[in-house]
Amino acid sequence: MIRLSPKLSQKLSYILLFMATILAIVPVLVIMFLIVKNGASAISWEFLTSMPKDGMRSGGILPAIVGTFAIVMCAVVITLPIGVCAAIYLNEYAKDNFLTRVIKLAIVNLAGIPSVVYGLFGLGIFVMFFKLGVSIIAGALTLSIMELPVIITTSRNALNSVPKSFREASLSLGVSRWQTIRHIVLPNALPGILTGTILSIARISGETAPILFTAAAFYVPHLPKSIFDQVMALPYHLYIISTQIPNMPKNIIYGTALVLMMMVLSISFVAIFARVYFRKHRKW
Amino acid sequence: MREYLDYIIETIVFICGMLSIVFVVLIFSFLLKEGLSFFKDFSFVKFITNQFWYPSSTPLSFGILSLICGSVLVTLGACLIAVPIGVMSALFIAEIAPKGVRDILKSLVELMTAIPSVVIGFVGMVTVVPLVKNIFNLPTGLSAFSGSIMLGFMAMPTIVTISEDAIRSIPWQYKEGALALGATKWQALRRIILKAAMPGIIAAIMLGIGRVIGETMAVMMITGNAAHVPHSIFDPIRTMTATIAAEMGETVRGGVHYKSLFAIGLVLFLITFVVNFVADLFLGKNKNL
Repeated sequence: MIRLSPKLSQKLSYILLFMATILAIVPVLVIMFLIVKNGASAISWEFLTSMPKDGMRSGGILPAIVGTFAIVMCAVVITLPIGVCAAIYLNEYAKDNFLTRVIKLAIVNLAGIPSVVYGLFGLGIFVMFFKLGVSIIAGALTLSIMELPVIITTSRNALNSVPKSFREASLSLGVSRWQTIRHIVLPNALPGILTGTILSIARISGETAPILFTAAAFYVPHLPKSIFDQVMALPYHLYIISTQIPNMPKNIIYGTALVLMMMVLSISFVAIFARVYFRKHRKW
Repeated sequence: MREYLDYIIETIVFICGMLSIVFVVLIFSFLLKEGLSFFKDFSFVKFITNQFWYPSSTPLSFGILSLICGSVLVTLGACLIAVPIGVMSALFIAEIAPKGVRDILKSLVELMTAIPSVVIGFVGMVTVVPLVKNIFNLPTGLSAFSGSIMLGFMAMPTIVTISEDAIRSIPWQYKEGALALGATKWQALRRIILKAAMPGIIAAIMLGIGRVIGETMAVMMITGNAAHVPHSIFDPIRTMTATIAAEMGETVRGGVHYKSLFAIGLVLFLITFVVNFVADLFLGKNKNL
């Protein structure tokens, strides 16, 4: 066997590692490029604001956009208070004992459950047991449980980054624990909590499997009137038109994919900019 | 009065904290309840060792061996792609890339998580699937191989991010010690840093695997959905997740078929529970360094 000099083998390995990094980055750029290139022509004001026609083969995607928006907003309204309270408990009240370890383990496992299993659970408990039917609220409840671990983890990190001295200064003035949290800790952790929330909104906007049997409908000819209505949802709509409908014009599929992707990406970018902004303006 | 309020708040906050446990237990017991009522009529051993999945024809046959094989094959294939590339790019980003571009590279890798899995599935359908069909001269490109490629790239961000954190958490003295003994930077990286970061890297791989096993939409769109035991990686296959997603819509609520899908859900839940538990153990190990 030929033994390479250490210098040469270092050079070769670095080149190899560099190529691996390129390989890890290129696919996502290719995916984005393909969608933008082929989908841009389908986007128009009409596409975004009208109902689908001819069995989805023409017209717009308005009901799907509205449906996704409704489900996601409901989910956030449900999950945010619970998640933040749980984070407050873990960061401010919980002692390092067995119960706390079990809670942390539960959070890790909740985050690891496959999205389709959440869908099953949502179908069984919200749609069937609580008789909510296939509806916005059933889908939102399902998604809110799925997002809970993410909200708890990011909120906890935000609470944790508030310096301990802030709390001690407040407590030493005789302020109660809750007042300290309410007036000192939470306001300082708010930017972090907000960023985490926005990121999780981006994530659940693109989820399909959990709403598959809990909220999404193949086609609804009108916009939802209440949270107990079935709705069309953007990710599910994309799934249907790309697999279930024969002779579907390609540019409409690409256009729908582009709208979904831009929705998720732009929400994520808002979160990233917010994080950068708040880091710069932090008081400590 | 103030103490009273403090007490109420503490109780509310405590209940919210406990909710995570409640939900995990609730999800598990729900799957268990439906699953057990299925296993009353069909044996569990037969369920996981029989390869014939005929949930609606006569005679009925509920065997998920072919589905398990499908999930395992796609996961293995995805790992073969994602693990080497992911760990190598984590090394590059953590130790070799200039400081200025490090965060940019990491964000670019993480960009993949922001793309919904249906979008990835669709792009796979129109690019990778025909490509695989033509290159390997197959009757169809909808195969475990195409699925592995897309899922490999979907698992990449998880593997890169967590491995990179593990590599960076290694104390700098380790490397300095090796360099002082005359090792090249690469020797120090390979022999010292990589070994020390191994628990974290294994955790990263486990979490990546967890993500691939649970992935539903992309896999359903790309792998061909044929429920049979695959003979090669170029065969169309069907995973457990895709079976649930594809068939739940046509079942009679509360019927045998419906319950059998919950039984698959139960198996999936148990697999991901173990995978995440192991990952968590390794992550804990890394912190004690």
